[in-house]
Amino acid sequence: MIVMSNVYKKYPNGITAINGLDVKIDQGEFVYVVGPSGAGKSTFIKMIYREEMPTKGTVKVGEFDLANMKLSKIPFLRRHVGVVFQDFKLLPKMTVYENIAYAMQVVGKNPKQIQKRVLEVLDLVGLKHKVKMFPNELSGGEQQRVAIARAIANMPRVLIADEPTGNLDPETAWGIMDLLEEINNQGTTIIMATHNSDIVNSVRHRVLAVENGRIARDQEQGEYGYEH
Amino acid sequence: MNIKTMWRHIKESFKSIKRNGWMSIAAVSAVAVTLLLVGSFIAILMNANKLATDIEEDVSVRVYIDLAAEEEDRIQLEEDLAALDEVESIGFSSRAEELDNVIGSYGDEFGLFEGDDNPLYDVFVLNTTSPELTADVANQAEDMNYVAGVNYGGATADRLFYIMDTVRNVGAIIIIALIFTAVFLIANTIRITIFSRSTEIEIMKLVGATNWFIRWPFLIEGALIGFIGALIPVGIISYVYLRGFDTIMRYLSGTYFALLPPQPFLYYIIALLLGIGVVIGSLGSSLSIRRFLKV
Ligand SMILES: Nc1ncnc2c1ncn2[C@@H]1O[C@H](COP(=O)(O)OP(=O)(O)OP(=O)(O)O)[C@@H](O)[C@H]1O
Ligand SMILES: [Mg+2]
Repeated sequence: MIVMSNVYKKYPNGITAINGLDVKIDQGEFVYVVGPSGAGKSTFIKMIYREEMPTKGTVKVGEFDLANMKLSKIPFLRRHVGVVFQDFKLLPKMTVYENIAYAMQVVGKNPKQIQKRVLEVLDLVGLKHKVKMFPNELSGGEQQRVAIARAIANMPRVLIADEPTGNLDPETAWGIMDLLEEINNQGTTIIMATHNSDIVNSVRHRVLAVENGRIARDQEQGEYGYEH
Repeated sequence: MNIKTMWRHIKESFKSIKRNGWMSIAAVSAVAVTLLLVGSFIAILMNANKLATDIEEDVSVRVYIDLAAEEEDRIQLEEDLAALDEVESIGFSSRAEELDNVIGSYGDEFGLFEGDDNPLYDVFVLNTTSPELTADVANQAEDMNYVAGVNYGGATADRLFYIMDTVRNVGAIIIIALIFTAVFLIANTIRITIFSRSTEIEIMKLVGATNWFIRWPFLIEGALIGFIGALIPVGIISYVYLRGFDTIMRYLSGTYFALLPPQPFLYYIIALLLGIGVVIGSLGSSLSIRRFLKV
C-alpha cells in the first residue's frame, strides 16, 4: 500500500534528510519508525502525506503517486491518511465535539453523518462524556485522544503518528498505545515514529530503524535500538 | 459546492470581519471613499456628456452679419443661405434683440452697451434639416460675403468634450491611486485573518480540505468588505442625484437640455459601484491568499 523506492530528500538549505530510502508497507501493518534525533524519521513521515516532496525517487500511497501528483490532488490523498502529532494541534476555541466535527465538515460530510461518526470515534477513544469540553480543560492524554479521534474521523486507511506519546507520562502513553492497537485491529495501517523503547519492546511490531536518511534495519517483531 | 457549505463560508467571513474590527473599518472606509469619487465622477461626466450631445444636436447655426453690410447685401446673403439644400428655415435676430438676450441671461451690467455701443452683430439663425448637417452648413456660410462669423452648437460641444477629457484623465489618475489604496488595505485585513487562523488552516489542510474550501471564506470576506464599502457611496450618490436632478431640471425647463433621468441611470451606477466594490475586495483578498496561504 505504501511503497518508497530510492527516495532522496534534500531540503532547500542543503541538508539531505533522506538518502536513498527503500521500503514497502502493506495495508493493516503496524510499523514503528525509530532512530536517533535528526535521522530523518519526521521527514520520512511527512513524505507519506505529501507535506514534503521527494527530491528523487518514487513514493506511492495506494493509487497516489506522490512524486508526480498534481497539487490539487493532495487533499484527496490526505483523506486517506490521518495524522497525529506530539503537540496535538487542536483548535482551542472549539469543543471536543467541534474539533472532530470540523475535520468532517471541511471534507463536505453532511451533519447527520458527522454527528453519528463523531460520537462513534469519541466512544472509541473513551471521551464520550467530555464532548462539550474545551481542549484546555483536558489532560494531555485526553487531548491526544481527541487528536486521534479527529485523525480517524474520516476513516483513513493509514494513521501516521509522529511521536504521539512524546509529551505524555508513561502511564498515559500506554493508554494511547492501547488505542492505536485497537485502531490497527480495525484494519487501519499505523506508522508511528517514536523514541519510547519500552513500548516498542513490549508491544512488538515491525521496526524500521532509520539512520542517516536510510533504513538501517527492517525487522518484524523487532526491538527498539539503533547503532549510533 | 452545496448551499450549506456556502452558508458556512459566509458565516465565517462575517465573524472574521467583526473580529478584525478596526482593520475592517479602515478597509471599508477606503472602499467607500474610492467609490464615492468614482461614482461622482461618473455621474458628472455622463451628464456633461449628455449635455454636450444635446448641444451638438441643437440644429441651429448662427450666422453673424458683418456690420458693413448694406440692406441689399443682407437680402442677398439671406437668399444665398436659403438656397442651401440643408437649410430648413431662416430666422433673423437684430443686434438689439441679441443684447436683450445677453442682458436676460447674464445680467444688467451689459445694459451699458445699449444703443450705438452695442458690440453684437445682427444674426441669421438657420435651422438645418438634420443635426449632423450643422457643421456642413456652418462651413458653407462662413465663405459667403458679409459674414462676420459663424457659430453652431458643435463648437461649444467640442469645448465641453475637451474639458471633459481633461477632467476624465485627472479623475482616472486619482481613482486608480485610490483603488490601489483600497486593494492594499483589504489585502492587509485579509492577511491578518489568515495569520489569526493559521492553525485552523493547517488542520484544514491536514484533514484534506480542498484549496477552494480554504480560500472561499477569505475571498468572501474581501468581497463583503468591498460590498459594504460600496453601499455607503451608493446611498449618498442616490440621494444627492435625486435631489440634484429635480433642482437642475427646474432650471433647464423650457430648454431641450436635460440630465440623465435617475431611472435607469442610477440603477446602472449602483450596479457598477457594487460590482467594483466586490471586484476590489476579491482582488485584495486574492493577493493575500496567494502570498500567505500557499494553497
Ligand atoms: N523543514 C526543514 N528544512 C530544512 N532542514 C530540515 C527540515 N526539517 C528537517 N530538516 C533537517 O533534516 C534532518 C532530518 O530531520 P527530521 O526532522 O526528519 O529528523 P527526526 O528523525 O524526525 O528527528 P527527531 O527524532 O529529533 O524528531 C535534520 O538534519 C534536520 O535538521
Ligand atoms: Mg521528528
